[in-house]
Amino acid sequence: MEETNPDPNPGESTQAVFTLNYPRIQIPFEITLWVLLASFAKIGFHIYHKITIWVPESCLLISIGLIVGGIMHSVHEKPPAVLTSNVFFLYMLPSIVLDSGYFMPTRPFFENFGTVLWFAIVGTLWNSIGIGISLFAICQIEAFGVQDINLEENLLFASIISAVEPVAVLTVFEDISVHEHLYIVVFGECLFNDAVTVVLYNLFNHVAAIEVVEAGDVFLDIGWFFVVGLGGTFFGILFGFVAAFTTRFTGKVREIEPLIIFLYSYLAYLIAELFTISSIMAIVTCALTMKYYVEENVSQPSCTTIRHVIKMVGSVSETLIFFFLGVVTITTEHEWNWGYILFTLLFALIWRGLGILVLTQIINPFRTIPLNFKDQFGLAYGGLRGAVSFALAFTLPDSIGRKKLFITGTIAVIIFTVFIQGITIRPLLKLMNVRKTNRNLETINVEIHKRLMEHTVAGIEDLCGQWSHYYWKDKFMKFNNRIIRKILVRDNRPESSIVALYKKLELQNAMEILDQMSGDISAAPSLISLHEDRKNSPKPRKKFLSSDVANMHELLSKNMYKIRQRTLSYTNKHALPNDITAREILMRRHTSLRRSFRAGSLHGTNAAKMSQKYFSLPMRQSLHSGFPSRRLGHTGDGDTESEIDYPSNRPTIRHPHRPSSTAGMPLRPLDTLKNAASSVNTVNEQNNVQRGNRRSHLSSRRTFRFRNYSDEDSEGEDQKSRSSPHAWVQEPQNSSEVQHPLIGRPHWLPQKPQ
Amino acid sequence: MGASQSGRVHKFQELADKTGFSIEQIKNLHSRFTYLTQDEDTLRREHLENISNLAINPIRRQIIEAFFDKRNLGENEKGCLQEISFEEFVTVLSFFRPPKPRIPDEEMKNIRKEKLRFLFNMHDTDNDGVITLDEYRRVVEELLSSYETIGAETAKAISDGAMLEVASVTVGQMGPDEFYEGITFEQFMQILQNLEIETKMNIHFWNLDTTTMKCGK
Repeated sequence: MEETNPDPNPGESTQAVFTLNYPRIQIPFEITLWVLLASFAKIGFHIYHKITIWVPESCLLISIGLIVGGIMHSVHEKPPAVLTSNVFFLYMLPSIVLDSGYFMPTRPFFENFGTVLWFAIVGTLWNSIGIGISLFAICQIEAFGVQDINLEENLLFASIISAVEPVAVLTVFEDISVHEHLYIVVFGECLFNDAVTVVLYNLFNHVAAIEVVEAGDVFLDIGWFFVVGLGGTFFGILFGFVAAFTTRFTGKVREIEPLIIFLYSYLAYLIAELFTISSIMAIVTCALTMKYYVEENVSQPSCTTIRHVIKMVGSVSETLIFFFLGVVTITTEHEWNWGYILFTLLFALIWRGLGILVLTQIINPFRTIPLNFKDQFGLAYGGLRGAVSFALAFTLPDSIGRKKLFITGTIAVIIFTVFIQGITIRPLLKLMNVRKTNRNLETINVEIHKRLMEHTVAGIEDLCGQWSHYYWKDKFMKFNNRIIRKILVRDNRPESSIVALYKKLELQNAMEILDQMSGDISAAPSLISLHEDRKNSPKPRKKFLSSDVANMHELLSKNMYKIRQRTLSYTNKHALPNDITAREILMRRHTSLRRSFRAGSLHGTNAAKMSQKYFSLPMRQSLHSGFPSRRLGHTGDGDTESEIDYPSNRPTIRHPHRPSSTAGMPLRPLDTLKNAASSVNTVNEQNNVQRGNRRSHLSSRRTFRFRNYSDEDSEGEDQKSRSSPHAWVQEPQNSSEVQHPLIGRPHWLPQKPQ
Repeated sequence: MGASQSGRVHKFQELADKTGFSIEQIKNLHSRFTYLTQDEDTLRREHLENISNLAINPIRRQIIEAFFDKRNLGENEKGCLQEISFEEFVTVLSFFRPPKPRIPDEEMKNIRKEKLRFLFNMHDTDNDGVITLDEYRRVVEELLSSYETIGAETAKAISDGAMLEVASVTVGQMGPDEFYEGITFEQFMQILQNLEIETKMNIHFWNLDTTTMKCGK
């Protein structure tokens, strides 16, 4: 330990008041500083929003890296030697790949599975071998002076620069709302392309090391290639299932749930590395398998945590690599060879373009939606190189003679593609009017009919004795529901995708609404007590104010279309799948509610609704347990009090209010609510039936009705409604008439059961 | 089929022209047809109900009915047949033919309309041209029937919600005395305009004979 004051008297020891001990903290300190710097850069970009539209984030990061590198170079400082092979392969790459794998939208992925694999595997092979051989041919030309690079090294280099990086491209695609299948092909291709590249890299590395290559070796290598890929997948699935199984039992220890996910994924990666099989495949398949089951087992906060952490770590890794790229560009010695590098660039572009063209021609007949030329252009031009290429080049073993040349070449290719292609791709795609997506898919009707159609097609296929992927999908889903889910999912209630659409996000919204509401409505004293109650209890409370509940219900039902984001079409590579749209709607809705609250009046709707909404949960359930069969939170009034921003901008249906209910109504069921042991997260349809909303309840609204619907036991419910609002908790689940526009008759008509 | 070989081929050719299948596909379908009907001339419901894989399909009833529905057979009448011939079998199946790759938009729209019409007919069992709440509900219940824990109430709620959606999209505000009768075909087309049915509702009909290759039925 050093002391700033050297000991004057050897005899006595002085206690230094102020000491500096840098070496001890040096490594973590520097790492932290680098990461912090990179984060500041990211924050800085987003301050001025326009930049990120035109210039992909990777460009900006590299630029900042260049600047910092310049600074360091001028003070003759060397960059920290943190980017070693181990650090990259063991820490950074898994984070990046886990990020991609976890947020891969599964349904489009599986629909395009063949294409993705085709492009990834065959495409990368095509690129590597093509570029490698062409470069080898170039090397033979004496003028460039690179004759010492043999074929294996060329192939190695070629495999490094075939690794495509989707980040910038995907951001652009998402911005211009490119069609989903194009997005997924690029996304998937990049993901698996990483795996193939790493395998090839290892392969060629190994080959380059040994002097003599025999034909038998080649076949062994090919076989090894398949073993590696399939082995990785197998491991991944195995770990995925084990992880899902483990989460089944974590009901009581919610805090470690995210940890389990990370541990298992990372373990999959490491074990695959142990056996030198494709660790990327392992971790990706682990994430894919795990996600589906785990998200049913873990609690909502855990789910959020998992997503956040994965995104965070992945994006930090990526950022760091780009940043480092910039720094290294300035500070290392480069070996520049005009001929070699320019030809590398040329070949990279040519081979990719050719590759996409040829491969598409072959695979198009097998696709239901063939890729047209614009799509192909998007695919080819969007082949930017990035982080993985750089890291692979940087960590080349020193035994490669021309390592510096390779690094320079790689950096050149990366910078070229990222800057030039990255910046120009957006205007080009817009110009070409690439096929766009139809975002507004998320309606119930569409979902129902999608299922209907799939079942129909599967049925007809059975009938015809012919099968295609629907058949397998059907079979798999059945197997899934019958067997797998029983084992892996804790609260096994197989759900239809139609029904499962609301689950997690609804709860989240409900909780958010509560948070918002508490600050706002200061009307009733009960609210205040509830607020305090909330402050005291760390867990979400089990009792809710009726108005809260009502509003939540309203919001849930009104927003059921927007909040359905279970399978996201797109995920921004640098951001979490966002609930912003849902929040916006909530905000808007909320403000309008606030308005109507303050108006104090019952605009017929709100207050009336409030008293009528009943929330209950069969009492054994708690907030954290799995949901019982979730159904549409449907108030059945079809009324949109405020302008809900439906995707299709539907006209709002306004109801005049019936000036009947009293202002006291919202609070009326208040006391009873407190007794009710219920939590809010499910809207039980039965209780949701507005018993109050029957004719006996004066504040009825006009509703649309169908003519010939009738329900027998609606009568009896009426009587109970007024007197025992709390009874709804234990109320039997018989079906009473649902008050909503579709059935029955307008209220004010003396209603006879039909 | 009592016709001679050449007569049969001729008939196949006619069918191919009419429905757009190729000759090989028609031949395959014909062998399938004879297999299903056990060499009889006409197909009846029982024959279809015997297909084991179809038995686990939640909407098998609608699918089977679709074959016997006159509206799908190109006639403008309503009602059902009791048995159908091979020609009608192929006609119904032609709804699922994938569209040829490069066809003009107009034709694509027609194809889309036909496919949507097929789905619409599956809902509208009483042939009145409108899908009422009950009918919709029935279909949704069947769709969800493979999940045992989802009860009829859920299905009801979902179908109610769906109808609501249609109402709000297509009709907008309604007067106090209006009733929302049901979904008409135009409204049906409108709400499903985002669903790429022309690309998804297709079966890849094989050109080679797979009846011997396929395991089971």
